[in-house]
Amino acid sequence: MTDLILAIAVGGAFGFALDRVGATNPGYIIKMLNLSDLHLMRTILLGIGVASILLFGSLMAGAIDPAHLSVKPAHLGVLLGGLLLGTGFAVAGYCPGTGLGAAATGRWDAIVFVLGGLAGAGAYMLAYRWIDGSGVLDTFSTGKTTLGTVIGTSYPAVLPWPPGEVIGLCLGIALAVVALALPPSMRLGKRSQEEERYDEHREV
Amino acid sequence: MTLSWRRGGVLLGLVFFMAVFLAKPIGVSTQFVVLDGILWDALVPGTVTISEEAKTGFTSPNAYLDESGGKYAKAVANPLNYGFVLVLAMMAGAFVSARLRGGVPRDERTMPAVWRANFGDSVLLRYAVTFIAGFVVLLGARLAGGCTSGHMMSGMMQTALSGYVFAAGVFFAGIPVALLLFPKEA
Repeated sequence: MTDLILAIAVGGAFGFALDRVGATNPGYIIKMLNLSDLHLMRTILLGIGVASILLFGSLMAGAIDPAHLSVKPAHLGVLLGGLLLGTGFAVAGYCPGTGLGAAATGRWDAIVFVLGGLAGAGAYMLAYRWIDGSGVLDTFSTGKTTLGTVIGTSYPAVLPWPPGEVIGLCLGIALAVVALALPPSMRLGKRSQEEERYDEHREV
Repeated sequence: MTLSWRRGGVLLGLVFFMAVFLAKPIGVSTQFVVLDGILWDALVPGTVTISEEAKTGFTSPNAYLDESGGKYAKAVANPLNYGFVLVLAMMAGAFVSARLRGGVPRDERTMPAVWRANFGDSVLLRYAVTFIAGFVVLLGARLAGGCTSGHMMSGMMQTALSGYVFAAGVFFAGIPVALLLFPKEA
């Protein structure tokens, strides 16, 4: 039961945040990927950076249970799947989470996207035995790997040094710096109308 | 009404951190499989059954639902689980936020302006292409074992190698495709 209350709290906050940062708007996604408006790119990079700093800071302070981490295995399918997802992401302007969120905000094309997604996931279920047999899901030698060793977890590390917590903190800071350094737009060096609007209404 | 990238980034970061602090990293795309399983089980009884031998207590003749000791079969049998409720709540959260900011403008509901600028305003074309894109996106997400939330945001946050590999794939394909398809900015 506690489980479900947490799911409602975290999920609700997540959906609210997705909509507030503009991620439920496929126009922002497409304009992030055609580099004309990097607003969402900067938001995402800063988001990962802030989360990483808080996570590894808390791990170092002993304020969070390392068992809460959940690292996924790395295999060829991760790269191939990323390429497929990136293609559809650019065409539609939706990914699985933002598509569901956008459908809830009243976007009809998002509902169509979700229906296509259900068909795609269904096709994967039917093809799973064959895909698994093809070897693309065989994990890279180390499997569920983190970049550095995180104390309290059993994930193998890519780098023997420095400690995983230090790598996490540094990468978090680095991602935030990249977000800060990116220009509002990478097209013709001109600022998009949206970005000018945000600057005028910073207080929003 | 969209937050500046600074405020938005901090908000998104707090949410992803809170998720792992309170429970576990956020993920979404698995729930497409769970919903498919629920629909499938409703149409074809016996798609998910109780099994004494299975690690989770549930099994399925479908190899994917049966994977990892029936992990997904169990979620299909008990939809009121953490992952599925999280996604339902996420939709509710997005709905509430959209209501509070006055909803999506009418002309935006069928397609974004940048699509209209590059492909015209045929709703049928937008829906047909978006359906296929949804198919490809979820096929990719399942092949990868996660999506933008689970692999990219949650994975990179944890310094997971898989998160970085996934993000590289997404942008390596996504940026050229968007540049090619959407030369006009809107």
